[in-house]
Amino acid sequence: MLAAEEIQEALNLSSGWFLDNLWLVGLIPAIGFALIMGFGKKMPNGGSEFGLASMVASLVVATGAGLQWMNRVDSAEEAGHGGDEAIGLLQTFGRSVPRAAEGAEAAPFIEPVLTTWVWWQNSGLEFGIGSLGDGLAILLLWLVAFISLLVQIFSLDYVRDDRRYTQFFGALTLFSAGMLVMVMAPNMIQLILGWEIMGLCSFMLIGHWWEDHENSKAALKAFFTVRVGDVGLLVGTAIIYFASSDWIAVNLPGKSGFDIDAIQAWALSGDSSASGAAILVAATALFIACIGKSGQFPLHTWLPDAMAGPTPVSSLLHSSTMVVAGVFLVARIYPVFWEGFNIANGGLSFIAMIGAITIVIAALLAFVQDDIKKVLAYSTVSQLGYMMLGLGTGAWLPAVFHIFTHAFFKCCLFLCAGSISHSGSHHSFDMKKDMGGLRKHMPITFWSWIVSTLALTGVIPFAGFWSKDEIIDNVGNNGYTFLFWVGLGGAALTAMYMTRATYLTFFGEARGAAAGGHHDDDHGGHGDEHDLTLEEHELELATVGAPLGSDHADGGAPKSLGAAANAHGGHHDDHGPHESGKLITIPIVILAFFALTAGFANPTPLAGDALGFNLGEGVELIKKYVEPGHEPVALDAVTPGGPGESLTPFVPQFAEEGEGGKDAYASGCGRTTPPDGAVCFFPKVKHAVPELGKILLSLAVVAVGYTFAIGFCLAFYKRRDSRLVGLTERSRLANAGYKFIVNKYYLDYLYENVIVRAVAHPISAAAYWFNQHVLDATVDAVGEGGKRSGQWIYDNVDQKIVDGAVNTSGAVASETGRGLQSTQSGKVNQYGALIFGAAAVGAIVLVIINVG
Amino acid sequence: MNNLTDNNWILSLGTFLPLLGALAIMFGTSKDDERTPKIIGILTAGLTLAVGIATLVLFDYDQAQNLQFFVDAEWIEVISSGYTIGLDGISLPLYFLSMAVTFLVMIYSWDNMPEAGNPKAFYSLMLILQTGMAGTFIAQDLILFFVFFEVVLLPMYFMIGVWGGADRKYASLKFFLYTMFGSAFMLVAFLALFFQTGAESFSFAWLYEMGAGIDRDVQIWIFAGMFLGFAVKVPMFPFHTWLPDAHTQAPTQGSVILAAILLKLGTYGFVRIALPMLPQGAQAWAPVIGILAVIGIIYGALGCLAQTDMKRLIAFSSVAHMGFVMLGISTLTTFGINAALFGMVAHGLITGMLFFVAGSIKHRYHTLEIKRLSGMLLQMPKMGWILGFAAMASLGLPGLAGFWGEFPAILSAYSPHPSLNEALFRTLMVIAAVGTVLAAAYLLWLYQRTAFGEPTEEFAGQSDAEHEAAGHDGHGVAHSLSSAANTDEHHDEIHDVQPTEWIAWTPFLIAIVVFGVYPQLMFKVLDPAVTELVKTISAGIPQ
Repeated sequence: MLAAEEIQEALNLSSGWFLDNLWLVGLIPAIGFALIMGFGKKMPNGGSEFGLASMVASLVVATGAGLQWMNRVDSAEEAGHGGDEAIGLLQTFGRSVPRAAEGAEAAPFIEPVLTTWVWWQNSGLEFGIGSLGDGLAILLLWLVAFISLLVQIFSLDYVRDDRRYTQFFGALTLFSAGMLVMVMAPNMIQLILGWEIMGLCSFMLIGHWWEDHENSKAALKAFFTVRVGDVGLLVGTAIIYFASSDWIAVNLPGKSGFDIDAIQAWALSGDSSASGAAILVAATALFIACIGKSGQFPLHTWLPDAMAGPTPVSSLLHSSTMVVAGVFLVARIYPVFWEGFNIANGGLSFIAMIGAITIVIAALLAFVQDDIKKVLAYSTVSQLGYMMLGLGTGAWLPAVFHIFTHAFFKCCLFLCAGSISHSGSHHSFDMKKDMGGLRKHMPITFWSWIVSTLALTGVIPFAGFWSKDEIIDNVGNNGYTFLFWVGLGGAALTAMYMTRATYLTFFGEARGAAAGGHHDDDHGGHGDEHDLTLEEHELELATVGAPLGSDHADGGAPKSLGAAANAHGGHHDDHGPHESGKLITIPIVILAFFALTAGFANPTPLAGDALGFNLGEGVELIKKYVEPGHEPVALDAVTPGGPGESLTPFVPQFAEEGEGGKDAYASGCGRTTPPDGAVCFFPKVKHAVPELGKILLSLAVVAVGYTFAIGFCLAFYKRRDSRLVGLTERSRLANAGYKFIVNKYYLDYLYENVIVRAVAHPISAAAYWFNQHVLDATVDAVGEGGKRSGQWIYDNVDQKIVDGAVNTSGAVASETGRGLQSTQSGKVNQYGALIFGAAAVGAIVLVIINVG
Repeated sequence: MNNLTDNNWILSLGTFLPLLGALAIMFGTSKDDERTPKIIGILTAGLTLAVGIATLVLFDYDQAQNLQFFVDAEWIEVISSGYTIGLDGISLPLYFLSMAVTFLVMIYSWDNMPEAGNPKAFYSLMLILQTGMAGTFIAQDLILFFVFFEVVLLPMYFMIGVWGGADRKYASLKFFLYTMFGSAFMLVAFLALFFQTGAESFSFAWLYEMGAGIDRDVQIWIFAGMFLGFAVKVPMFPFHTWLPDAHTQAPTQGSVILAAILLKLGTYGFVRIALPMLPQGAQAWAPVIGILAVIGIIYGALGCLAQTDMKRLIAFSSVAHMGFVMLGISTLTTFGINAALFGMVAHGLITGMLFFVAGSIKHRYHTLEIKRLSGMLLQMPKMGWILGFAAMASLGLPGLAGFWGEFPAILSAYSPHPSLNEALFRTLMVIAAVGTVLAAAYLLWLYQRTAFGEPTEEFAGQSDAEHEAAGHDGHGVAHSLSSAANTDEHHDEIHDVQPTEWIAWTPFLIAIVVFGVYPQLMFKVLDPAVTELVKTISAGIPQ
């Protein structure tokens, strides 16, 4: 334990202890994982204590680093005004902090804290492993450590008595290690390391109950789909590495094309290697990886299936943290995408298009799900689309902010779903069969759900409003009017599907397990394994008019060992729905609190005014501390060992901008080439000035969405309005549309039944047939031919012609043997001599041919 | 290059010590004695490994680009061939790997002799094999190299032919003849090279110096001969068809050594001999090698997907993995060749491990048919985990050794040697990257079918783990359901990983993790030597 003074010392501005030792955040959970796997089973709590302890320790370091980073930014700003602290800061970190320019728009680039060790080398270049501490990295480190800790606490109760409790915590902790290692990565290789470890953990945790084929199938599907995207990661990394190497060797000696800071500087350098096809292809390739990892259209199909994993996994990996890895990658090396897709000039980027498509198609899919977790899964996909939309249109800050707020409320919603299945619906996730009217029985879960839903749908003042609205607002402000309306439309859809889910879960009459009736021997309703087939879906559709409380046989057969093992034995003596225990509700309440308040980390000032309280200057904390400055930095200052070791007073500036706000962005990092002797690390992004009208517009859209959805739910589910019920039966158009959505746009069909089946069966079978019947048959035929010609020669040549001369040949052989200075003896000698002789003849022939 | 001659006895000792052990077993033990040959064998291999460790300690890592422990003695004067041996950063990892693998395989054999028995012959053959493998990696003379290269062939032929599976005769003969076929061409090429460089010396140093001066057309022809010899050994598509048969029929020990070391003789030959001695030949052949390598990656993976036998699947995966290695070599760059050499060691460890597991599964279930195996994680949790670990390593998961061979090899194809066609190699890079998806597909699919799920009825309820589970908790559904079905049929118990298996496997598992987490351990040794080698190659290719 650190003494209080030491803690104070470490937190002290003049110390950079936490920033310098940021790598601990990733290392601690890795050690925790090793301890769980090594000793977990022998521990009284099955190893979960190691997991929790490592997450607490990581969170402490991440928090300390966050505070010190804020100090660093503050003092750099003061340094810009000529304060004395500048000297102290410079001495502390040993590296320069560029002077801030005077004036309001100036944003000095605060140098990240870099700690690396040599990890591997190739071609004489050494590549490192370590940590890169800047605003983005530290924000996400803290977020991941925090959410991971809460989910682990939740899991203590939720997976109690699970047959693989220790492995569960091991994988969960390894996941956190992987994510933290990725977030702090100073280079692409470490990023890939973390990225793939997360993929492994996702595989392990989705397939946690692997006795059941459905689960292992979902696990494989997730791994493959992401792996398909990863091809882009490999290709993109390769292109960037080699394309940038010449520029980096000249301008940033000691760095390589894997280093993230070097990549950023290269992309914004305006060098000919950083423009044109190479960077466009690299950006596209990398974005394909992001499509896979962050569940963007058209590779989103794995994410809903991933809900086969235990709920804490869905909550941590598949909603709040892992799936934002793709968004993070785009944000991390944003200059590559900025230049590659020409975002500066309002080019309609690949990222923005994919993001916008994803928002809509995923939101529509969320309407037809009966599984509460799948509603949330599609909602996640849709929200990730918002983040991508923001990044693709130049709204970097709102997108990153949305990662932050989304993590709280989406994690909370999933944990609520877990709480419901744990205590309210007897392990079912089916809203139509086993839920309804739960608000009375589970008040804490209910209110947390409501808060998070309001946050998700972007109702002021909940967290989602501040981030999502900012994305939509900035999209419009950057000139993408159509995408602005898509974003608004998506917000209305969000309100609608969440209303439907809320209504089915918490309102109306109790059905199935929620009504207290439980499936005696039927654990088939266990939502974690629940996967309705197409026929069942249609059946649902047809029978939607029937009383929803009716008994569903659901196959009837007892599910496998996996389901039985998850029945949590003693928990269900009292079968009625009830509120969950403290270990479950406390994390939920904490998350709900953040869902309510996290938005105030970066409130738009005008919106605060609209609410009637003055937030004052500098309230946009995320903007201040996380968004990198867009001022160019003197090359000397960033070159290790260069004059930057001492203070460099001169920071090259862009030429003074002209009057008038509209052209304020005409020059600057990422818009024009940086001046000689300087590099840029982050482009000059625009920020929308909030307008009351737009805020009211988006709130109105959400309100309309709510109104419509509530009206629909009351009419459809409560009153069973005959105009709506069975509509898909009567209208061909409605039926076709419904079928199209229920079948997930037939993408899964395309992937699984067409592509995968073709590769796994006909194509591989054909390749193997070719192998056996063409290649191998040739080999056999040659062998057979050799044998036959040998026989023929023996019969016709050897016996008839050579036999007489056998004594002569024997003499020749023994001569050759002597010539080889018989250090060897016996058969090896003869064999060697024969080969040697034959080869010599061949060689002579070859030489004659070549010379002649 | 400066040759270091300190401690130059150590390589000869390390190489020929196993031969002494083999002689001791052959003449010092009786055929009925089961234990003594094993003890002598393991002791000899252990001593050899100790010499190997001493070599690691004495090696000067700051001069990894130079040949160390260098000996240049007269041998067969009449053909100007010398006993020239030495070790640099390229050879060191493979040289040591061969010693470690042989030792561990012998330990494994203590409890797991193949059915034909006769440890006396088995252990002495393995020791002879070890001499051949180690010798190949230290030889610095073409004839010496060739002799060691061929010495390896016979013991492996007997191992497959005597201790192999049902179809062993066919497989062993095919292995022998196919390799001999390649060797003949290789020898012709060696001799042609010898005569073309003035017929003065077979030593590598001489040939590095003089080889580049040969006419381009002649280089291409000579390279063709070497290509055949080495490509069969690697094996590269389309010369790979001996491999699945040899692997499937070979005893576990044979498969492990074959995968871990023997295949590397071919790739090592390319790097050590063909590329630097015939730079223009290499430059002309590089696109062919690159294309065949990438075909091998995709084709091998498709072959895997079509397999119904686990061991055959692993064998086909070697074709795909060696494709990555050859892709790295074909770029003729430091980046690519470093990756290839790392990949060789990584593949040796990982595929060796997979064959060990396959052998142990066969030992317990008496089958490797994938559809008869299921729920291995329930029946043998530890074995299941090890299989999963090895599969993950094999598909190139970062943090494990396989990644560091595969990923840089793919990367290197983006920027091949300036004399090569960039567009072609970039296309190859993308196709090779797609190969990683297929690798994930066949390995995880294999894992899903064998390890996940419930045990098949045939084997359910026969494992220690299930008995224990049934005894301790109330969820023994699988047991109660299946034990009834199996009461009339008596099978051996299915045990989890046994002590000898742990001893033999743990070093593999540790090495896979250590090289994965800290690859610099090996890159630091490889990189200077490869840089030197690529200098030789580049100097021989006119701009």
